[in-house]
Amino acid sequence: MASSTNVSNLIAEQRSKSKRRKLEKLVPFILAGAASISVLTTAGILLTLMVETVMFFSEVSFREFFTSTDMQPLNRSDPSFSILPLLSATLLSTVIAMFVAVPVGLTTAVYLSEYATDKARRVLKPIVEVLAGIPTIVYGFFAFTFVTPVLREIIPMLDRTNILSPGIVMGIMIIPMVASLSEDALSSVPNSMREGAMAFGATKFEAVVRVVIPAAISGIIASFVLGISRAIGETMIVTIASGSNKNLTFDITQSMQTMTAYIVEVTSGDAGAGTTAYYSLYAVAITLFFFTLAMNMLAKWISKRFREVY
Amino acid sequence: MQMMDQEAVAKSLPRRIAINKIVRGLFLGSTLFGLVVLAVLLYDVISDSWGWLNWNFLTSVVSFDAAEAGVIGAITGTFWLMMITGPLTMIIGVATAVFIEEYVKEGRVRTFFETNISNLAGVPSIVFGLLGLTVFVRILGLGSVVLAGALTMSLLVLPIVIVSAQEALRAVPSYLREASYGMGATRWQMIRSVVLPAALPSILTGMILSMSRAIGETAPLIALGIPALLIPLPSSMFDSFTVLPVQIYYWTIDAALNDDLAALAAATIIVLLVMMFILNATAILVRNKFQKRL
Repeated sequence: MASSTNVSNLIAEQRSKSKRRKLEKLVPFILAGAASISVLTTAGILLTLMVETVMFFSEVSFREFFTSTDMQPLNRSDPSFSILPLLSATLLSTVIAMFVAVPVGLTTAVYLSEYATDKARRVLKPIVEVLAGIPTIVYGFFAFTFVTPVLREIIPMLDRTNILSPGIVMGIMIIPMVASLSEDALSSVPNSMREGAMAFGATKFEAVVRVVIPAAISGIIASFVLGISRAIGETMIVTIASGSNKNLTFDITQSMQTMTAYIVEVTSGDAGAGTTAYYSLYAVAITLFFFTLAMNMLAKWISKRFREVY
Repeated sequence: MQMMDQEAVAKSLPRRIAINKIVRGLFLGSTLFGLVVLAVLLYDVISDSWGWLNWNFLTSVVSFDAAEAGVIGAITGTFWLMMITGPLTMIIGVATAVFIEEYVKEGRVRTFFETNISNLAGVPSIVFGLLGLTVFVRILGLGSVVLAGALTMSLLVLPIVIVSAQEALRAVPSYLREASYGMGATRWQMIRSVVLPAALPSILTGMILSMSRAIGETAPLIALGIPALLIPLPSSMFDSFTVLPVQIYYWTIDAALNDDLAALAAATIIVLLVMMFILNATAILVRNKFQKRL
């Protein structure tokens, strides 16, 4: 009899062990399930965009969308669809933003990494980074209620909504990104190279321009490309401050609508599901998606391909 | 070999030194540019909202009459959104990070997950809004309710949470892992009772920072079709809602018609910035406490 209680004990013990073993085997699957969500998100984005884009191109020809210049999606009697006006607005706002973000961002990075004392850096760096934490809607408000009126004092022909002001503000928003990524690249250049240049009699500025920046160029260019990607995808600043004019123009004083602002207008407007205007959202969004994806991959490729290893 | 022309060098030296000094000043000026913009921005917002930010504004619902309007609806909506988005991203984000860091070996599978996450982090937020509109609002038929907003927002901040949780897990010293294996712990026991508790403060810090990003996000929620003027407060996750940034957006675009609306938008911006400031300060406190303990 004693042996039978032993056996039942053994069985119980064995059971609890196998329970634990089961849990041990189960956990990775549960975690994998969670990890698959991010993969499913990518798949979901691609799938929804593609399916609806196919619907769109069954109604509007590829040629009209990419080569015509007329964009009147909400015109009931004769709607026309062309992405070119949206592309020109996105391109212009991005170029303006980079005109601000590249010089200011790069010189900020050089100052912080090469000139500033440790103490100054500890004070200045967080301040620059606060700019990155401000919500884009606040920048939009700033562009619309402050920057545009100020610019209109200087350029009287500027429209109340225009692409110049949001472009500039977008550039300000991107400064911290360019500055902190470029600074990482600059500070990974070994000190021996700076010292070598200065031992040859170079001033600090000459050492920076001739030695340090060329050595860090891959990281610096990558930061510019990531900045471009950020500018292309930026939505609220342009939605608020650049209006909804869908003209193909390169006049920066005019109201223009970027791809992102178009998506906001149509989703918050009254284009019902199933209309061509509704499907055009997805065709625009997939273009936007591939543009930013290409920029992000380009940035990665540049920093990998041209990185000097010290 | 030609000798250096010492005279020419001596002659050009003062100019080169002067250039260095000027450039140094210019670069400092460009660094301070950010500070100046920040000051102007805050000044603009504060002066626009002067006199509008009072108890009445914080506790009233929206209204066509600017003098009566308030943001209690948007504040409630923002809290609802964060109460669902926070725990959801925390659970999924940490689980994903644990899976990648502790269960997947370095190699192709790991690179696949990491590439996917870093690409997702670069997708414009408006595209996430479109995904939410298509899948949660339309296909699942939720409508533009709290739950649809929270799910969309969760997918948007998930990459950030995962990456910060991964960093937190990587920072756990390997001797802790080895010691718990040495005590006979299984892998899951080691993760649950040693690695996760050790990484928790950093995970929380990253989590709070990502929430601070989420409460400022506007575009994806507008794409879901949040109404411009919503009076009833949400009382469940299946109710319509609005959030602070969306409220700012609708007041800002109408500001051209009515100056009072710009003041309302500016006052709402201050509420939003104060909430973000509190979140960031909490994150710093958590981090400092953790640093002291080690």
